[in-house]
Amino acid sequence: MVSLTLKGAASRPATAVPRSGRATPYLFLAPYLLLFVVFVLAPAIFGIWISLHDWDYLLEARPFVGLDNYTALLDPASAVYADFWMSMRATGIFTLFSVPFLVVLPLGLALLLHRPFRGRTFFRGLFFAPYVLGVAVVSLMWRLLLDPNLGLVDWLLGTDIGWTTSLPWAWVALVGVTVWWTIGFNGVIYLAGMQDIPRDLYDAAKVDGAGKWAEFRHVTLPGLRPVALFVVTTTILASANMFGQSYLLTQGAPGGETRTAIYYILDQGLSQYKMGSAAAMSYVLTLALILVSVINFRLFRRRS
Amino acid sequence: MSLESLTRRRALGLGLGLGATVLAGCGGGGGPKQAAQQSSGPATAAPTSYTGPTVSLAFWNGFTGGDGPFMKRLVEQFNSAHPNIKITMNVYQWSDYYAKVPAAVSAGRGPDLGIMHVDSVATNAARQVVLPLDDVATSLSLTEADFSPPVWQAGVYKGARYSIPLDVHPLGMFYNRTVLSKAGLDPDNPPKTGEEYLAALEALKKAGVQGHWATPFPFTGSMQFGSLLHQYGGRLFADDAGVSRFAEEPGVQALTWLVELVNKGYSPKNVGQDADFIALQNGKAAFNWNGIWSINTLREHKDLEWGVAPLPQIGTEPAAWAGSHQFVIFKQRRPDQNKLTAAKVFINWISGHSIEWAKAGQVPARKTIRESAEFKELKEQAAIGSQIDHLYFLPPVAGIGDASAVVDQAVNAAILLKKSPKDALTEAAAKADKVLEQNRKKYGA
Repeated sequence: MVSLTLKGAASRPATAVPRSGRATPYLFLAPYLLLFVVFVLAPAIFGIWISLHDWDYLLEARPFVGLDNYTALLDPASAVYADFWMSMRATGIFTLFSVPFLVVLPLGLALLLHRPFRGRTFFRGLFFAPYVLGVAVVSLMWRLLLDPNLGLVDWLLGTDIGWTTSLPWAWVALVGVTVWWTIGFNGVIYLAGMQDIPRDLYDAAKVDGAGKWAEFRHVTLPGLRPVALFVVTTTILASANMFGQSYLLTQGAPGGETRTAIYYILDQGLSQYKMGSAAAMSYVLTLALILVSVINFRLFRRRS
Repeated sequence: MSLESLTRRRALGLGLGLGATVLAGCGGGGGPKQAAQQSSGPATAAPTSYTGPTVSLAFWNGFTGGDGPFMKRLVEQFNSAHPNIKITMNVYQWSDYYAKVPAAVSAGRGPDLGIMHVDSVATNAARQVVLPLDDVATSLSLTEADFSPPVWQAGVYKGARYSIPLDVHPLGMFYNRTVLSKAGLDPDNPPKTGEEYLAALEALKKAGVQGHWATPFPFTGSMQFGSLLHQYGGRLFADDAGVSRFAEEPGVQALTWLVELVNKGYSPKNVGQDADFIALQNGKAAFNWNGIWSINTLREHKDLEWGVAPLPQIGTEPAAWAGSHQFVIFKQRRPDQNKLTAAKVFINWISGHSIEWAKAGQVPARKTIRESAEFKELKEQAAIGSQIDHLYFLPPVAGIGDASAVVDQAVNAAILLKKSPKDALTEAAAKADKVLEQNRKKYGA
């Protein structure tokens, strides 16, 4: 390292104090890299190893089974096939319906909260407030409010909809509760993004005779692109990892149809101690998410 | 059967080696590990007293509800009565507990003793989290006759005992006396048979009350299904858990009976989690088949008039679901004979004082206490406890919970009217059989 620094110094005018060598960026990265390797990369690779075995960390026998855990996921006669794909479908449905709402609604909210008006700070706090609650609090509260026979929501609407027990209403409830819970988070990100768009762009647009809509389309939206990419990506990943809401609000009802992939994987791995199978499922889910993320990045790049 | 033969059979038959033999004081040598650990001293020390140096034991359980303070008080009493044993109790949510304990044990930081539900004992025995306790039973001179056969047998896995029963917590029929009176029914004489029960539901319906809310969720929908299935003479699984049997005729009858409650308007559709129990309390339902642990919750409602009775006999024989809390001793990296002896003293003492535990809303497993005048004074507990000879438990097979979770989904789909009882059960049986086969391969048949 020392020699690297000296070499770097030598190639510069003698008066300049050497500030960095070739190793410097890596040294700055090192603390995070170490954590990343120990807590993310190594377990991820170890997970591949686990997925090739019948793995239970407490049993001495952990036979190597090759790709059996993966082929079981593709074999309709296996014990896991039906449940696994039903859970993947549940995750897909939830992601498909929650992401648009969680991307568009917070944007509208942020636009409103960006305008100057009395009590703006109060409303900013108000919409963000649910996000500070834990998933257990949110789900338990809504489970009672949405109870099909005793809940306040049905009583107010004068209906007897099975919000937590029947389809498609359980999806409406899960998506609705999630939107209510996390809208503030995405809203705050958008808001921060809007505050970063230079005012003079708006002034220039006005000079060019742009109306409100044109300002939004040609100044606000392009200005938010990097923020939107972040919001879309994290929202997709968060939705695809949904677990707590369906675990507490519906308990997978009816008949396991709202049991998400993470929920099922957790059950396989930590309740049934079939960690090899659970690891294989995780990799299939990861692969699907990588695919979605790649498409997402491509779309955003094409637009710019 | 002598202790020796039990120990040897276990060691040879299971290859369990490690845990199985830590306690074995007088075994005949069943492998190098056993031989190595035998030097730790005889395990047949006097069980009711401990005279060694002061030891402290970690005691973990999941008594997070109203039962926690009762156990805590018992532990405090024990500590003050035994100056050289200090028990520290840690309480976790049961679901966390079952994930934490095996991890802690495998890291060598496990607690000394704890409580497990009876249907988790076999799995944890197979995974070598808990130690065999045959010698505890022997040295405490506990036998089947001290308990009831199904409760006592439920702690035996592959010929070895792994747990000592503390209590049983059966399902009972809770009822709202005010609601029954309003419908012209006698609250002092709740229904005992299927016919009486349906007649009561019909009367309630006429009075505008949906009497029995059929919940599709495991708590307690699956328990009601299991109780009815056994009442119709069925079994959830074959005794050796080789195959599932819940899709046979008794199972279909049982689930159909529950679904009919919805179809006939005795229950609303789409009953949510816990809604059945809430409905009992706010007078929207008359009956709720729930666990004995509900007693203390209902007592908190000062203005609620309620009672509890054994489940009505709907099928051909009486039967009720029950769980059971059982004492287990966890495997340690370095077995400490003093701690083991102290743990035995503790188990024996708590078991002997389980009348206090009964007040937390439990039926003591120990027969002498169950039959004591003091227990009979606990009217509600005693009413539910009268079902003791008709309780069923899952076969003590490793991973049985994985297969019974499949039943939960079938019950859920049928009561929510998504599938017919027969279809739901038949599909679930095919899946459960595959799970059982997987588990046989994993844990060894």
